[in-house]
Amino acid sequence: MYRTTDILTNTPNASLSEAGYMVINVGPQHPATHGVLHLVITLSGETIINVEPHLGYIHRSIEKMCESLTYRQFIYTTSRMDYLSSHINNHCCALSVEKGLQIEIPDRAKYIRIILDELTRLASHQLWWGAMAMDIGAITPFFYAFREREMINDIMEETCGARLTMNYMVPGGVMFDLHPNFQKKVKEFIAFFKSKINEYDEILTGNIIFQNRMKGVGIISKEDAISYGCTGPTARGSGVSCDVRKLYPYEIYNRIEFDEIINNGCDSFARYEVRMQEMKQSLKIIEQLIDNIPEGDFQAKTKTVLKLPKGEFYTRVETARGEFGVYIVSEGGTTPYRIKFRSPGFSNLSALNHMAKGNKIGDLVAIMGSIDLVIPDIDR
Amino acid sequence: MSLTNNKIKEKLVEKFGESVFGFEENYELLTFEAPKEINLKVLQFLYDDEELNFQFMTDLCAAHYPDNIGKELAVVYHLHNLKDNIRLRFKVYTSIQKPDVYTATQLFSAANWMERETYDFYGVNFVGHPNLKRILNVDEMDYFPLRKEYPLEDQTRLDKDDEMFGRGGTIV
Repeated sequence: MYRTTDILTNTPNASLSEAGYMVINVGPQHPATHGVLHLVITLSGETIINVEPHLGYIHRSIEKMCESLTYRQFIYTTSRMDYLSSHINNHCCALSVEKGLQIEIPDRAKYIRIILDELTRLASHQLWWGAMAMDIGAITPFFYAFREREMINDIMEETCGARLTMNYMVPGGVMFDLHPNFQKKVKEFIAFFKSKINEYDEILTGNIIFQNRMKGVGIISKEDAISYGCTGPTARGSGVSCDVRKLYPYEIYNRIEFDEIINNGCDSFARYEVRMQEMKQSLKIIEQLIDNIPEGDFQAKTKTVLKLPKGEFYTRVETARGEFGVYIVSEGGTTPYRIKFRSPGFSNLSALNHMAKGNKIGDLVAIMGSIDLVIPDIDR
Repeated sequence: MSLTNNKIKEKLVEKFGESVFGFEENYELLTFEAPKEINLKVLQFLYDDEELNFQFMTDLCAAHYPDNIGKELAVVYHLHNLKDNIRLRFKVYTSIQKPDVYTATQLFSAANWMERETYDFYGVNFVGHPNLKRILNVDEMDYFPLRKEYPLEDQTRLDKDDEMFGRGGTIV
């Protein structure tokens, strides 16, 4: 069913035409929107007056579905939300159930979880880097990025059998133990990626055309980033300190040495820089952990049927895109009474109009690329 | 970390007296309620006060309690103080017959879309919202799907003829 309101009433109407404005639709099927996002753009010449995103083309009502799934089952739906951070989404759900049931998970599981989280973040940032470069017309970086991302995907495939929708982290730990090759392969990847990450800077970051497209466009001030509820690299590119790993360390993040990357540039290039630096920090985290994975159980003993006590739980983690939160209202049963996922992309996208206003239409795709949108995460 | 949950509670009680109630700490997260008529006053106080500084809206959502007559819908705000790194949860309840709650869009730009989403799923009418229309569902929808009176479709039903989804129909 198409949305009559979207398509028919938003075609150029008389009052806008009289003012000399033009209204154009981008998407929902458009390669630069990275999914089914529909933008209604009002233009004056080439200058953007207003951008109105229309969402919901792949809304699956995951929150309603979760109300009839048990605490073991609902985790799997979150892999289908932000499919580039599926490990981290699963992690957040597992954490919230563990918090409610007061389960202490074994150290080995904690280490495995953090390593996989950071690998996921790396893979996600790599894909973002390649896709964003492609958005603004550079094809080669996409192949560079996928060369390294393939190695991570191979590691994931060997560890949990999936390359995208992982479903590996379960309440109490992880689903199965690591593959014997895991450490060797991760080390190989780190060595390989370290030798290649400078290529990323050489081919794209230092490129003057690229910098001209990114610097000084898509500006959002620190105050506005806070007001719009931006999180993740989008907010940290505007100087907001909001890394959940630092603010509310979960698992063993308080024992790991890493920096929260903050850039005060406030433009698309600042957000780009934040992600590039974050990749290096993720490498640093993995390096600290990979040789020290403790022996022991990978899963705590849990009951077959999980029942959360009556109450409300809110857990948050840092995904590749920002703060992902799970809000569970439990009435004491085996299924959640109400579940709400706070997706980082939703708030970040709501700031798009603010960022894009006054820029040229050609910069819009570059701005969208710098927010790193994943539409299933926004539509849920 | 100068600001603690107790301090927040004291300041709120000092300002609003018995209008704010139901204080509890759920896993270190301070939770409290207020009547829906003063939701903006409470939010404004939390936002403006020099010590409280709750200027980041993490999340806004609703929940439906059909048995809670007269207070069927809960609107839940999750706020964050970025300076002292402390969070809280604030709730207001409204009846389902007249689900009017004042909008927080003037304080938090983030509330714009979050309130649209809450309206979309629960039909909470945010009074004063600049653009209160559906955001994720189709505009032609005439019900609010996350309310409890709408159960999920039975996965095992056979009367539905949608072969494309692998249910019902004739599979040859």
